[in-house]
Amino acid sequence: MIEALLNYEFLQNAFASGIIIGLIAPLLGVFIVVRRLSLIADALSHVTLAGIAGSLYLSQTTAVFALLNPLYLGIVAAVTGSVLIERLRRLYKHYEELAIPIIMSAGIGFSAIFISLANGFSSDLFGYLFGSVSAVSRQDLWIVLSIACIVVIFLGLFYKELFLMSFDEEYSKASGLPSRWIHLLFMIVTALVIAASMRIVGILLVSSLMTLPVAASMRMAKGFKQAILYAVIFGEAAVIIGLVCAFYLNIAPGGTIVVTSIIILLLVIFGKKIWLTFVTRDERGRLA
Amino acid sequence: MKTPYDIELNNVSFQYDHNVVLKNISLQVKQGDFLAVLGPNGSGKSTLLKIILGLLKPTSGTIELFGEKSRDFKKREWLGYVSQKSNAFNTGFPATVYEVVQSGLVKKTGLFKNYPNDSHQRVEKALNSVGMIDFMNQSIGELSGGQQQRVFIARALVAEPKCLILDEPTVGIDHQHVQSFYNMLAELNREQNLTLILVTHDVDTVSSKISHVACLNQTIHFHGFKNEFNQLSDVDRQAWYGHSVRKIHHAKSGGTR
Repeated sequence: MIEALLNYEFLQNAFASGIIIGLIAPLLGVFIVVRRLSLIADALSHVTLAGIAGSLYLSQTTAVFALLNPLYLGIVAAVTGSVLIERLRRLYKHYEELAIPIIMSAGIGFSAIFISLANGFSSDLFGYLFGSVSAVSRQDLWIVLSIACIVVIFLGLFYKELFLMSFDEEYSKASGLPSRWIHLLFMIVTALVIAASMRIVGILLVSSLMTLPVAASMRMAKGFKQAILYAVIFGEAAVIIGLVCAFYLNIAPGGTIVVTSIIILLLVIFGKKIWLTFVTRDERGRLA
Repeated sequence: MKTPYDIELNNVSFQYDHNVVLKNISLQVKQGDFLAVLGPNGSGKSTLLKIILGLLKPTSGTIELFGEKSRDFKKREWLGYVSQKSNAFNTGFPATVYEVVQSGLVKKTGLFKNYPNDSHQRVEKALNSVGMIDFMNQSIGELSGGQQQRVFIARALVAEPKCLILDEPTVGIDHQHVQSFYNMLAELNREQNLTLILVTHDVDTVSSKISHVACLNQTIHFHGFKNEFNQLSDVDRQAWYGHSVRKIHHAKSGGTR
């Protein structure tokens, strides 16, 4: 494995991108989960698929698009989707969640049209849907790295505001925070992370890398920073174990990464249950 | 020059669609006042607080905060806010008491900046003043309702506000803890000269601590010192509340009911 990693550029690309995504997806995911936006991430990933499928179709028909990395149109679609979701959420103030099925079905609808026009599933498209160890190019890696920089800078600048907005929306408004703008930026950054993660975990499983490690970390963490730390550790573990398995078993890495995340989640849930039984038994023992 | 009121409302009205919630409210609160806003459910008490806090814009009328027009008022950290516990947050949120209190410094710190170096001392001081310093590293969800509410007061205090606005802060708190909660508020009012505006139903419990009363039911039916409130006739009070309201007893004399 190590030898292959040293010799093959595609493997280096996949692992480097994977490690970066293992950091940024759970990092942003913590905020997504506590702000109850998990389903929005899912909707956005399907919009991204429409962008990718559109780009793949156009690459067959138009010369300009043949040279263009499909990720770019995917990013454009995701960012547009994130802005539209916000518009819809404000339009349907009392039924905010309606924005999710609207955007999601639009994404899937356009994807279906573009995929059919491009004469069905290609191996390229399969890679975008479920991730791929072999398809990550150097250019993809650079895109992922740039997006990671944006995420880290964004969270560095707005960490305390995002914490307050997540914990207590009304209080953040009473403090006079420009929450609307920060939220819009947050959605755009989320769209970028979704586009970046897609190459490795695949569109259909992107949101799981943002939510499963967080779900596990929230069972253990006492504080917010702790929740972030555990989420990143679980995310990295899932990506690295998942990629290694995908490489050896010749499976799409999206599947192995998500299944690893689920195993981690189950271990944490049952581990905590067992630990709690012991602690309460101890306490009962002390009281007796 | 006369010191401006902390909060001054002139003829403030608020309408939601076609429902008039507040009509021609004029109210002044000066530094060190402890004002209780009383009124039946749906009388517009929470709306009034939200208008003062800038969460809602009045349909007409003006609001001045510390001598400045509300819309030009930038020092939002001067107003501390404690909402009803029940709708404030989700108890499963992974945050320590320390992190929650520290978040009260967000506005004071300003955008694009880290919390100041002395934020740790500030958080400790705020937690000390509400008697919650021992819980600093606990998860907020593990605390009882009363303890959580103290933490939220600490979050409001950490930015060193001049005025604290509380919207039925004791809803969902065990009855036995309500008294000590109000004692703590009275102490903050007395020792730090903190202006307090409190929306509440606990008329009996809070009565010995407050200085002023405002009776609200769409309009202000009474606003003045507590002892003046007690001199109102039953007829006046019934007209405002819809049913009879007991007199408020005095802090020192032990109280007339």
